[in-house]
Amino acid sequence: MVPFAGWNMPVQYTSIMDEHAAVRTAAGIFDISHMGQFIVSGPGALAWLNRMLANNVAKLEVGQGQYSFLLNERGGVIDDLIVYRTAEDAFFLVVNASMIDEDFAWMAKHQPEDVAFANESELWAGMAVQGPESAAAFEKVCPGRALPPRNGIARFAVDGVDMVVCRTGYTGEDGFEFFSPAEQGEAWFEKFITAGAKACGLGARDTLRLEMCYPLNGNDLSPDRTPIEGCFGFFVDLEKGDFIGREVLAKQKAEGPAQKLVALEYTDKGAPPRSHYAVLDAAGNVVSELSSGVLSPSTGKGIGMAYVPAGLAKIGTDFFVDVRGRQFPAKVVKKPFYKPAAPKA
Amino acid sequence: MNVPQNLRYNTSHEWVLVDGDTATVGISDHAQEELTDVVFVELPALGKTVDVGDPTAVVESVKAASDIYAPVSGEVVEVNPAVEADPSLVNTDPYGKGWIFKLKIKDAGQLGDLLDAAGYEEMIG
Repeated sequence: MVPFAGWNMPVQYTSIMDEHAAVRTAAGIFDISHMGQFIVSGPGALAWLNRMLANNVAKLEVGQGQYSFLLNERGGVIDDLIVYRTAEDAFFLVVNASMIDEDFAWMAKHQPEDVAFANESELWAGMAVQGPESAAAFEKVCPGRALPPRNGIARFAVDGVDMVVCRTGYTGEDGFEFFSPAEQGEAWFEKFITAGAKACGLGARDTLRLEMCYPLNGNDLSPDRTPIEGCFGFFVDLEKGDFIGREVLAKQKAEGPAQKLVALEYTDKGAPPRSHYAVLDAAGNVVSELSSGVLSPSTGKGIGMAYVPAGLAKIGTDFFVDVRGRQFPAKVVKKPFYKPAAPKA
Repeated sequence: MNVPQNLRYNTSHEWVLVDGDTATVGISDHAQEELTDVVFVELPALGKTVDVGDPTAVVESVKAASDIYAPVSGEVVEVNPAVEADPSLVNTDPYGKGWIFKLKIKDAGQLGDLLDAAGYEEMIG
């Protein structure tokens, strides 16, 4: 068990490799009760969220969700999150555990009068069921209920108690995130285990998300890096009107960012890359450090991400990763490192 | 938990098999179970001289890198290329094919500071 944002969480239940494989080939379940939930509602909710977040909330129909960023005035990332539209004027936000208080304080500071804003993080338990067999597990636990479509959200009552299920995740596999009242969390977790999902810890969560090049706030995202540098422009809408950080992002996009977050993959076997290991260019000069790194359980290759000078960000550019003084050759590769099998029809 | 009687143990979970003036070193069954899936082993250079307690090899799981310390002072006279090629041997056969390096013992007196099987079992109890 390790301390994580005020929670005690297992790095692994049995083995990171086994848990990772379960998610890639069958189904795994992660306790995500530590994550935060905010409710935003009221006539001004949409306009306010569009001013606070980088992606365009207006593109969401009721029942849909999108990945987005909460930025500071410098365009740096305070947090990455998913915002779901639950009604015309109501939204459900899921934010990182370590950022709940900071996110809430930042948003509350900018809250207008025609918006209600509540932190419900203490009220919800959450679990992410992920993997090609996750939908089958859902069918067993909630017979007759339909999962929402990809990125969607659905709310339904079980014995009069409200549940929320979102067709999203952090693994690249088909799957869903299930939120119940906090006191029911353990019982639901057990039900999904019985339905065939293997309990997975923080270790597998990290290897799975890194194979997909999904960023981890605090590693690959920071208040000093913008989503343009992170190459997450797909989740930024510069045309939707003003939002906090927009000016910096627009300038960076027009001029090109000085640095970019690239995916680095070992060209041969080597010691596992890890965050903070030095990254050297082909001439042997230290140009960066890994923001994340791991030996990919799916491919067996060393993989990692690093912010490098934009001129070195092209696919195929040669680098070295320094592990205790030994340098292992690596190349910039196209993201992601791993492509999950197409979901079953 | 497998703790063979014929070995000596370091408090940092290395085992030592003494044969004449040679000490074969690996990590205990308990250690491999705690580390889980070993994915990489970094072997020392042949001929390297180490003092007791020096980090001499590195065993890495998916999540963490762990130093393997020299249980006695000596010279590295042999390393196990098999664990470099297949690190999972450290998990599957920690006292056999999963051995890591051999030292030519410099001071046999240091062996007395190591635990016997009963002492190690008590420690990990």
